[in-house]
Amino acid sequence: MTFMRKDLLGIQDLTAHEITLILDTAVSMKEIASRDIKKVPTLRGKTVINLFYEASTRTRTSFEIAGKWLSADVINISTSGSSVVKGESLKDTGLTLQSMHPDVVVIRHAAAGAPHMLAKLIKASVINAGDGAHEHPTQALLDLFTLREKRGSLQGLKAAIVGDITHSRVARSNIFAMQKMGMEIRVCGPPTLLPRYVEGLGVQRFTAIEAAISDVDVIMMLRIQRERMGSGFFPTLREYSKIFGLNLTRLKAARPDVLIMHPGPINRGVEIAPEVADGPYSLILDQVENGLAIRMALLYLLVGGQPGANN
Amino acid sequence: MTALREKAQIMDESAMVRAITRIAHEIAERNKGVEEVVLVGLRSRGVELAQRIAAKLGEIEKTKVPVGALDITLYRDDLGRAKTQPVVRRTEIKFSIDDKKVVLVDDVLFTGRSCRAAMDALMDLGRPSLIQLAVLVDRGHRELPIRADYVGKNVPTSPQETVQLFLTEQDGVDRVVICEPVE
Repeated sequence: MTFMRKDLLGIQDLTAHEITLILDTAVSMKEIASRDIKKVPTLRGKTVINLFYEASTRTRTSFEIAGKWLSADVINISTSGSSVVKGESLKDTGLTLQSMHPDVVVIRHAAAGAPHMLAKLIKASVINAGDGAHEHPTQALLDLFTLREKRGSLQGLKAAIVGDITHSRVARSNIFAMQKMGMEIRVCGPPTLLPRYVEGLGVQRFTAIEAAISDVDVIMMLRIQRERMGSGFFPTLREYSKIFGLNLTRLKAARPDVLIMHPGPINRGVEIAPEVADGPYSLILDQVENGLAIRMALLYLLVGGQPGANN
Repeated sequence: MTALREKAQIMDESAMVRAITRIAHEIAERNKGVEEVVLVGLRSRGVELAQRIAAKLGEIEKTKVPVGALDITLYRDDLGRAKTQPVVRRTEIKFSIDDKKVVLVDDVLFTGRSCRAAMDALMDLGRPSLIQLAVLVDRGHRELPIRADYVGKNVPTSPQETVQLFLTEQDGVDRVVICEPVE
């Protein structure tokens, strides 16, 4: 099958077949990382622009390397050093960049829907690298890829996502993705950060972490965003950590072979104890490695997908 | 994609066995043995052919010849132009190809572009001492100055026709057919 989309804006639009195609393509891309010469000529002469309105280590570096290994020309724009500080709008930024004929624009923005707006505006393929609290599709894809790599198949697996679900685009994308692939999902966190609408999506809500993580195949910990502390969602970081932090003692409530994931960056000692993050069942670094393969796969599928679309 | 129908069978199972046997003997003869010889099959049917040739070489020379699998999708010259998007499969070459005599194995040699892509891919993976090409069928119509060192069968075809290899492992039977477009 062919990936016929112009853009990757969210998991919500994707079918299970498309997700599988992306994961399968990433398997082949991952092999390139083990070569001495990490370069294939596939995207030679294509231009990828990373337009990041929010800070990022993983995602941005990952997209940059992914593009470069595919021989594309990659340009990174972090808006702090751009005319955005002079007040230039997203629309003007998009049109300005379009005039330089990029093939792909990867955008991370604080406003939900920004990538969608950009996609309608410009001819280049747009990849959503995180839009507000809405979606972070490439994260969910790499999470699924990591899980599938370890467990062979996703159907029927049980996952528990723990943390600030309300504000998490990673949680949202993962919930959509896991559901499409036939997984069972639980969310857990303080009631102030646990939205009720997830029940409508068939996701179970837990407010006690021990119950949430028992008998699941994978625990996904979310970063507790320190900036939330002052808004009355929970009293202190210490209290959050005491009740919801994942440490070795708490892990005893889970299966002995449970897998631990975290999208990063981790707050060591807050939502996740160092021993757990660095332990044998932690897939945190695998996730990063696989992020590269997934992003290579997406760049390949989007650019190779529509004959003449980007001319 | 236009519909195709089978026009003729050009090789049956025993013809394939004989061709593979002869190719194996020729490889051993040309390279004066199989020292430093490795086989790299082009995905996907070239891989199975390479394994069969390696098995035959094992019988003849009493040596195990390493076999790798090469996916050339990322090196194609028609990405973004083709009507369908080729599926990228995994390259698996678990040995170094530096200073090795690499025999590329493919099912059908046509325009020569797959071979060009394969050579580019190999150069990114190492520095072979030489590269040779073994194909089961050469159907003519080269668009690049490429030729095979070992050919199972030469088959004249018209450009609209297709030559299709079926393998037991993938298709349940061993045969090679020519297909022509249905009007």
